[in-house]
Amino acid sequence: MRIIVIGAGAVGAACALALTEAGAEVIVLDRTGVAGETSSRCEGNILVSDKEPGAEALMAIEANRAWRDLAARLDAERVPGQPATEFEPKGGIVVAFEGGADALERFADQQRGIGIRADVLDEPSLRATEPHLSSEIALGVHYPDDAQVQPSLATQAMLARARHLGARLRITEVTGGIVDGDRVRGVQTTDGRIDADAVVNCAGPWAGEAAGLFGSPLDIRPRRGTILVTAPMPQRVFHKVYDADYVGAVGSADAALQTSTVVESTPGGTVLIGSSRERVGFSDEGLLAPLAEIAAKATRLLPFLRDTMLLRTYFGFRPYAPDHLPAIGADARVAGLFHAAGHEGAGIGLAPTTGALIAHAILGTRAPLDPTPFLPSRPSLQGVLA
Amino acid sequence: MSVTISFDGERLHGRDGQSIGAILLAGGHRTWRSTAGSERGIFCGIGICQDCVVTVNSTEGVRACQRTACDGDVVEREVRA
Repeated sequence: MRIIVIGAGAVGAACALALTEAGAEVIVLDRTGVAGETSSRCEGNILVSDKEPGAEALMAIEANRAWRDLAARLDAERVPGQPATEFEPKGGIVVAFEGGADALERFADQQRGIGIRADVLDEPSLRATEPHLSSEIALGVHYPDDAQVQPSLATQAMLARARHLGARLRITEVTGGIVDGDRVRGVQTTDGRIDADAVVNCAGPWAGEAAGLFGSPLDIRPRRGTILVTAPMPQRVFHKVYDADYVGAVGSADAALQTSTVVESTPGGTVLIGSSRERVGFSDEGLLAPLAEIAAKATRLLPFLRDTMLLRTYFGFRPYAPDHLPAIGADARVAGLFHAAGHEGAGIGLAPTTGALIAHAILGTRAPLDPTPFLPSRPSLQGVLA
Repeated sequence: MSVTISFDGERLHGRDGQSIGAILLAGGHRTWRSTAGSERGIFCGIGICQDCVVTVNSTEGVRACQRTACDGDVVEREVRA
C-alpha cells in the first residue's frame, strides 16, 4: 500500500515513521524541507501540565509515555543523518501569583484525578527547585512528567529513521488532489503526478488549504506565536517554568493577542521565553507588541531576566482548531484521505500518538487510545471550504 | 606592550590589542564554555553567534572574540551542567 504524507513537520514525520514501521510504502512531500515551518519555530514542548481533563489530556498522557519510548529507541541507535532528539525529561513548574493560587491548586487537583502527577510545592521546596523565581510567587506546582525535545532535530530523527526503513522524502509542492469519484488516487505536485492509495494531510497551519485541494473542508487556521531567545548564560532555569495563566491563553478562542510566560533553558545555554498567541493570518507584521508584553511578564516571573541580553526572536504559526482538539483520522467525505492536523501548540508533544492513530486509521494497527474525539468528521471542523 | 590575563587562575600573556579569545587560543585553549553535552569556544569569531562567551571581571556573557584584553582581566569559564 502506497501512502503520501503531505508535510515534513513533526506530525508528518511521526506519521511517516508509524506507517513505514507498519509496513506501508510511504512518500513524504514538503514544499520547504524537513521541519521547515512550525516544527522549527516552536519550543519542543511535551506537556501534560497545561491539559485540563478531557480527550486531549488523555492523549497527552499517552503521548508522554510514547515519547519516552520513541526518544530512547531513536537515540539508542542512530542511522546516518539521524540527529539526537535532545529529549529532556526536565519536568515543569507551574506558578501562580497572589490571586491565582486557588485556581491553580484546583486545576492541579482535577488533573491528579485523571492520573497526571502534579505535586504542590511548599515554599522551601519551590525556592530550592527554582531559586531565581520572583519572591512574589504564591504557589508552585511540580509536574515531573513534562518534557522537551529539540523539535527540529526530533523531527529530523523520526524522518531519518523512516527513510532508513524505506520511506522516501521529496521536496515538492502539492498543487492538487486527484480524486476519482469519492476516492483519493494521488496528488499533483509541481514535479508531476504521484499516485497513492491514501493521502495523509499533515500540512499544519496550511492543513485547511491542503484539504481544500481535495474538495473537502477542514477548519484549521494559523495562530501566531512568538518567542524570545537570550544570549547563553550559566544555568538559572532548571525546569519548564510557566505562569498558570498559560492554560487560559491556550484555551482561549479570542483572536486578539494573548500572552503568558513560559521560560526554559536549552542545552546550549540560551533561555527561551514565550509565549504569545494571536490570530492574524499568516502575517509577519506587528511583532513588537507581543514581544514587549512577553518580556514584561517574564521579567516579573524571573527578575534576573531584566539584565539579560536577547540574541534574537522568532515566530511561527500554530495550526489552530476552533474546538482546540487535533483532527486525526479519516476525512468526512473523501475515501483514502486522512488528516493529522490542528494540534496548535501541542503538535510536537502529541506527534508519536498521532502517528499511531493514523496507522490505526489507515492500516488497522492497534489504537493507543479511543480515536473518536479526534475524528476530523466532527461538526466543528466542517466550517468553510478553504 | 603586552597584557597578562588570568583564565580560571592560569596566567596567559598576549599582545596589546589582542582579544581575549585570541589570547585563549594562543594559550592552547580550544574551548572555554561548558554546555550540556558539549564544549564551546570560538565558532563564528565575529561577534554574532555568542558561543564564546565568558565571565570577565565578574561580568557574565562577554564575547571573548570581541572583547579586547586588558592587563589584569580575570576571565572565568561559564558552565551549564
